[in-house]
Amino acid sequence: MASHIQVPLPLPVVPDGWAADKDFKATGRLSAATQRGIEPVGPHFLAHARRARHKRTFSEDDRIQAQENAKKVEDDDSGEISEAEDPMMLSRDAKEWKQQDHYAVLGLSKYRFKATEEQIKRAHRKKVLRHHPDKKAAAGSTEDDSFFKCIQKATEVLLDPAKRRQFDSVDDGADVEPPTKKQTKDGKFYKLWGSCFKAEGRFSRVQPVPRFGDENSSKEDVDSFYNFFYNFDSWRSFEYQDEDVPDDNENRDQKRHMERKNNNARKKKKNEDTARLRKLVDDAMAGDERIKKFRQEANASKNKKRLDKEAAEKKAKEDAQAEKEAAAKAAKDAEEKAKVDREQGKKAKEVAKAAVKKNRRVMKGSVKDANYFVSGSAPATTVDAVLGDVELVQGKIDPDETAALAARLNGLKVADEIKSVWTGEVKRLVDAGKIKAVDVKVFA
Amino acid sequence: MTAESVTTTAPAERYAIGIAFGNSNSSIAVTSTDDKAEVIANEDGDRQIPSILSYVDGEEYNGQQAKQQLIRNSGNTVAHFRDFLGQDFKSIDPTHCHASAHPHENNSTVAFTIQDKEGDEKSTVTISEVATRQFRRLKQSASDFSGKQVNSAVITIPTNFSENQKSALIKSAGDAGIEVLQLIHEPIAALLAYDARQESKVSDKNVVVADLGGTRSDVAVIASRGGMYTILATAHDYEFAGAHLDKVLQDHFSKEFIKWNSIDPRENARSLAKLKLESEATKKALSIGNNASFSVESLAEGIDFSSTINRLRYETIARKVFDGFNRLVEGVVKKAGLDVLDIDEVIMSGGTSHTPKIAANFQSIFPESTAVLAPSTTPTAINPSELQARGAALQASLIQEYELEDIEQSTHPAVTTVKHLTNAIGVLSISGEEKKGIFTPIVTAETAVPARRTVHVPVPKEGGDVLIKIVEGGSHIKVTKPELKPKENGNKDDSDDSEEDSDYEPEEQREKIWRVGNVLAEAAVKGTKKGGKVEVMINVAGDLGVTVTAREVGEKGGVRGNLSAP
Repeated sequence: MASHIQVPLPLPVVPDGWAADKDFKATGRLSAATQRGIEPVGPHFLAHARRARHKRTFSEDDRIQAQENAKKVEDDDSGEISEAEDPMMLSRDAKEWKQQDHYAVLGLSKYRFKATEEQIKRAHRKKVLRHHPDKKAAAGSTEDDSFFKCIQKATEVLLDPAKRRQFDSVDDGADVEPPTKKQTKDGKFYKLWGSCFKAEGRFSRVQPVPRFGDENSSKEDVDSFYNFFYNFDSWRSFEYQDEDVPDDNENRDQKRHMERKNNNARKKKKNEDTARLRKLVDDAMAGDERIKKFRQEANASKNKKRLDKEAAEKKAKEDAQAEKEAAAKAAKDAEEKAKVDREQGKKAKEVAKAAVKKNRRVMKGSVKDANYFVSGSAPATTVDAVLGDVELVQGKIDPDETAALAARLNGLKVADEIKSVWTGEVKRLVDAGKIKAVDVKVFA
Repeated sequence: MTAESVTTTAPAERYAIGIAFGNSNSSIAVTSTDDKAEVIANEDGDRQIPSILSYVDGEEYNGQQAKQQLIRNSGNTVAHFRDFLGQDFKSIDPTHCHASAHPHENNSTVAFTIQDKEGDEKSTVTISEVATRQFRRLKQSASDFSGKQVNSAVITIPTNFSENQKSALIKSAGDAGIEVLQLIHEPIAALLAYDARQESKVSDKNVVVADLGGTRSDVAVIASRGGMYTILATAHDYEFAGAHLDKVLQDHFSKEFIKWNSIDPRENARSLAKLKLESEATKKALSIGNNASFSVESLAEGIDFSSTINRLRYETIARKVFDGFNRLVEGVVKKAGLDVLDIDEVIMSGGTSHTPKIAANFQSIFPESTAVLAPSTTPTAINPSELQARGAALQASLIQEYELEDIEQSTHPAVTTVKHLTNAIGVLSISGEEKKGIFTPIVTAETAVPARRTVHVPVPKEGGDVLIKIVEGGSHIKVTKPELKPKENGNKDDSDDSEEDSDYEPEEQREKIWRVGNVLAEAAVKGTKKGGKVEVMINVAGDLGVTVTAREVGEKGGVRGNLSAP
């Protein structure tokens, strides 16, 4: 953006009499602009979009960008390696490189297997700058380049992926000792074992390695963690600890013997390592409260199921029993009630029957008292007709009406009154449609 | 149909490429670690992958292999389908599909009926599915090349793509498992490819991008201001393109064949297809060498045919098409309200741009100061066929670390639509005479605001107090006729370019001159040293308010003033 165009022609001189406040005179305004769409493409557009969206001016944006860039450099610097150098280490002999801790030599003991190639290269460069034999010679000290050789050896090992892997396999500096039972007492169980397994996980061919988790981990997580470590696929190998095979070809048998020995030793160590890890996982599992918790939960849920089932069965049984009993009781009650009812009904019927008989007698008596509504001795036909009507009426009315009729007739002596009662009754029955008027002979 | 998931990927897991998806050819590009874009080859080693899909016994062929199938298996070969995407059947131009599978209408979209599976059954494949298959092949090629699974891309599109076409393209790419980070315009991609070169400087320039393709030609005039691009005008042409150059050669060789054998190879579909393919090859050869051979075995009725053609002959017979390109470019410059003198750069893109004559023609249209970036005129030019894919890859590498939401927000019209200056803003300096000022633009017209520009202007020899006059200026074209020919009819109102008069008219002198408009501000820098320089910075805000800062280079303080927004 800051492309400074160079104008070839010079500026005019200020004319006489020109004056303005602060040497600046605004005399006009820009003419109207056209709205156009710019293409959202390219680095300069990104800068424009950044300014537009954050509402920054050019100079603000420049400043912020500059700050951000500066910060980045700083971040990189802070990743530099600055570890104190152990004097013991400085006096090491490069010949014993197998025993040396290459990460410590380069000042990377904080990173170890996590150190990136970039970090190793940078650390190497830094160490070389400090320990180069020429520099020492220039400083007047003895020409001792043993530590410089250590540095070169360390770099050689660490920058070769195969060799680095061999070294990492036996680098106990990155190991985390499994915690003892005592250590795990005060609630540190998950933290200590977690870091131990994290360190072990570096040997896994399969990445990422599941985490140990904490007391709140789910059953699936815990199961997958233990499954992972029981089926651990390790790239760890023990070539690094091989005894030196004699390089000369003087004694071939000796050489082969050594190679065989080394091979066997590697296999043995590998098996030991596998067994060690297995034991480690066993130990962790044995002390793992979560496993117990899950088992208890599983048991509890199983028991709960069983108990639930039993309770349900019992309840069903009881319910059935109670139902049966209730049914029996109800049946008994009903029977008794029916018996009582039957007896009562019988009695009532008899009473009613007697009452009806009595009433009928009253009725028949009433017509007889009225002398069959004739004066003098009644001819047989009249008696028959009257009694026929009475029986007709009696046959059509129920006991209650009989009783009512009887009550009305009871005590009446006068024939007309009796007759009127009868005709009234007959009329009622005719109206109710119970008897037909033609059937009635006397009380019509 | 195996529909890959169209999930949006997190920026960290993205592996983005640039795709130029054309009617005739597609290309794919990736950015290498040092931020250089390179176009990658497919399995066959082609960097220009013909956008053709062909099916033989249920097997899919793509690219050059599919192109060969146009001869024997044209019915099952789908070609030239890009422009059909997102269109309804009524609005497509199926001309170029005549010699391959024919498009037909299907549920208001375009589809092809091809035998794409084993057995005799034909199936109907929609245009969207065809494009998805093409994208899948491109994705596969790019993934195979880089060893990483490609999951997102920036794709180039013509400037006249409708919203429908865009969404159809995004969908097709999505179905192929490609998340479209952004669709960018083809001419802009070409310009970006040039501007991203190490040696190119950020400047204010007007650029013509001539994208001459196989079946269509698109020309755009772009104002490039401090690396920001604004399209001023575009033109699209379907009558003058690579296929028409092929046609010229086809006709030429057909006539020759008829002369010897009295058989017209154009009457037989298979012969025509052979003729077409060989013509294209001959055309490409003519872009490189002065002579090219043309030979087809069993061109028609078992007769072999072999012939040669030189470039001069080709340029003569194809002149009509070449002239078409010229008119197209001239027309679009005019449409943008500019003159050829305003154009600083011509970028030639697309396969047809390899033709030397076209570049030479353009060079003659534009003044000598205009750089025509084509392989034949500029040795350092980028391969025109690769420009778009490169630009797309560069854009992909720029934006792939952003969230899709961020990209959408940044490309929103609220951000991209801004005010553009109608007039240039400049400073007046002197030459010789004291009174008359010479206008030097600082901020040119069509610059998107906000903008900031700085210039250095020398002070008079003796130093002292200098006056800085900030003015608006407009350019116009002054046409001066040679005095020897007074015959010229003087209808030229000098504000406009008066059409490139044909060759038989006398050469006229045309130059761009600045006309000083209204004065915006005056400022004085006092006590400048001898031989010093004054730095003038103009900062135009988004609301057209202007801040002018003037100070002597290397000194503190200086003059600062504001102009309020209109």
